[in-house]
Amino acid sequence: MLLDIRDLKIEARGEAGWTPILHGVDLTVNQGEVVGLIGESGAGKSTLGLAAMGYVAPGLRFAGGSVRFDGTDLLALPDARRAAFRGRRVAYVAQSAAASFNPAWRLIDQFCEGPKIHHTASRSEAEALARELYAQMSLPEPDRFGLRFPHQVSGGQLQRAMVAMAMACRPDLIVFDEPTTALDVTTQIGVLAAIRQAVESYGAAAIYITHDLAVVAQMADRIKVMRHGREVEEAPTRQMMSAPSQDYTRSLWAVREFRRPARELPGGGPVIRVAGVTASYGTRNVLEDVDFAVPSGATVAVVGESGSGKSTTARVITGLLPPRAGRVELDGQPLPPRLADRSREQLRMVQMIYQMADTALNPRQTIRQILSRPLGFYLGLTGRARDERLHQLMDQIELEPRRFLDRRPGELSGGQKQRIGIARALAAEPRFIICDEVTSALDHLVAEGILRLLSRLQDEQGLSYMFITHDIETVRAIADEVVVMRNGRVMDSGTRSAVMDQPRHDYTRQLLASVPQPDPDWLTQRIAEGVR
Amino acid sequence: MTLASLRQIPPTALLGLVLIVAYALVGILAPLIAPYGEAQIVGDQFLPWGGDYLLGTDNLGRDMLSRLIWGARNTVGVALLTTLLAFLLGSITGLLAAALPGWVDMLLSRLVDVLMAVPSLIFTLLALSALGPGIWNLIMVIAVLDATRVFRLARASAMNIMVMDYVEAARLRGEGTWWIIRHEVLPNITAPLIAEFGLRFCFVFLTISALSFLGLGLPPPMADWGGMVRDNAALITFGDSTPLLPAACIALLTVSVNFVVDWLLHRASGLKE
Repeated sequence: MLLDIRDLKIEARGEAGWTPILHGVDLTVNQGEVVGLIGESGAGKSTLGLAAMGYVAPGLRFAGGSVRFDGTDLLALPDARRAAFRGRRVAYVAQSAAASFNPAWRLIDQFCEGPKIHHTASRSEAEALARELYAQMSLPEPDRFGLRFPHQVSGGQLQRAMVAMAMACRPDLIVFDEPTTALDVTTQIGVLAAIRQAVESYGAAAIYITHDLAVVAQMADRIKVMRHGREVEEAPTRQMMSAPSQDYTRSLWAVREFRRPARELPGGGPVIRVAGVTASYGTRNVLEDVDFAVPSGATVAVVGESGSGKSTTARVITGLLPPRAGRVELDGQPLPPRLADRSREQLRMVQMIYQMADTALNPRQTIRQILSRPLGFYLGLTGRARDERLHQLMDQIELEPRRFLDRRPGELSGGQKQRIGIARALAAEPRFIICDEVTSALDHLVAEGILRLLSRLQDEQGLSYMFITHDIETVRAIADEVVVMRNGRVMDSGTRSAVMDQPRHDYTRQLLASVPQPDPDWLTQRIAEGVR
Repeated sequence: MTLASLRQIPPTALLGLVLIVAYALVGILAPLIAPYGEAQIVGDQFLPWGGDYLLGTDNLGRDMLSRLIWGARNTVGVALLTTLLAFLLGSITGLLAAALPGWVDMLLSRLVDVLMAVPSLIFTLLALSALGPGIWNLIMVIAVLDATRVFRLARASAMNIMVMDYVEAARLRGEGTWWIIRHEVLPNITAPLIAEFGLRFCFVFLTISALSFLGLGLPPPMADWGGMVRDNAALITFGDSTPLLPAACIALLTVSVNFVVDWLLHRASGLKE
């Protein structure tokens, strides 16, 4: 047994003293085995992952239990001896490679740090090892790749470089903390394949932390489900995927089954039409001849990787970025390209919901203030009428008015904040709402609640949505029509079934094929098909 | 503020608060508690401590204690007024610069760069010799100079807020620039601005004292601590510590304000220790 964590308790410093965040968790990892940790945010996955290296983040402390690594109790060791394990025998791959690399140093210099500190290789040996690992990670020009600075490589490449770095001292155990969460699906699949091959060929054991069920199914031999700092259940991957024993696990599995049935649209002309829009930041064109329409009462999903121009399209529609050519029509009437030239009535019709509810709500205002402003600004509501409407809005987003109206955003959970974002858009009584990645910062269960809410509001109020997302599952769940974008162009568009079920376009096919499936053999098959 | 919350204030900050309040009281009540007038010549020069004149007399035979008390009123009052003015000017321009990128920001920022490029004491000396000494000139010159620092802070903090989605949401709603500054930006940058106010006050206070020491501060016969150090500096050669009293007043207030600011900064940043 390589790693043996017994009854581990970890506490966090809070307002009222130390509060437990891990309530006695066991975790064992055998030589060469990959254990998946899955759960919502706040489940304690990352804390447990770091504890495997005998480390707790600032503000936390070990409160009990033991962490035995290859027979040595890490918690009983002095700091210096514990540090000798880290990087040498246990390595860590963080979620955000961009934030974890030092931008001032070349990749190869950062690679060689570990071997130098732990005296496992000389500089030239370490460099040779780096080239070998870069090649294995399918990085371009492995001989010269290390000479680049972190900002000179793409996100997926950087993540692979970090995996290579973790392997530098040939560790026995690697902790992967959501290594692909920040990546596009088309990039993610390559990184997953690289990680899988690297782990297999070096025979390293791994702890793979993620909130994505389909990903963990590909990577892990055994899965442990966690919630609120406790273990829910643990089983070999295939058994866990086919027959989870706990209700909570089953609810996680069921989330992916939310599907809005295909339906008849109410008809009528399009609410919003984007006609031949070309837009640029400076001299670089970021949108080229983008053309699509949002039918009345429909949800149009705009999908694509980051940098494909989805959000820029939203900026053009809202008037933040006047296009260089083309126009945006609202109900058949052209909208003035610049925000400042639009009438209040035109502004009211087009509302927006943001990805990060944290930054979309002013932390210094109460919910009442946040929602009152659009009511007063657009509709001139005051006093009694405004209060009535406030309560109505809170009912619509399924939050109790009395409990929430006088709180500030900081006192709300992520899902509740997102609901307030929705209420703020509804307050204007718009016809069209742009939803910019509204579920991607949320846990699956919470995200599903938001999708159901948005669907219900659409049915009740005849709203039209433009749903910007990179998540194919979300598209399958709610879209009536789909627009696929890449590099600022529309690659494919049509009804959901036309685009997704029999993809005509190569890129759409590639996009769809990159989405991890819960089937544990999916990645193996994709690698066999030659994914890089 | 309840007694319980008072008890949570760290002792250093509490000491600072008490001293600041004491200074303020002395300054406000100066006409009542000072035994003699500010410019009143009461006896011989350089009389020793004790007797009618608790802390002796100065180089012109004025009561030292009375002048210290009046000095609190003059020096602290002028410093406070100057700091307020600097803040008004600096934060409004800073917020505007952050909210209106483009030529407004460019113009204001470059202007501030030019002002900051000249060492501040030299700039103040130059400006005061050009404008002539006088309370109002003094206040204006120092206020403008310190407003540049406030501008930098207000602009930088406001820029961080301007990129937030809630500001974009307000812009999309059709709100005007001033509304956005007032409702979305200002409430989010008050903490750093308040902390800066304390620090700025110290610097202004020290600048005024330094200028008085150089003879360009408050015009005589007004009592101010910097000038009092200079007037009586000769005593030091005789081993008399009297000239150090006004200096000690300056030091004590500066330290007190810093204690309080430290505590405020700590609370604002939400750091635990």
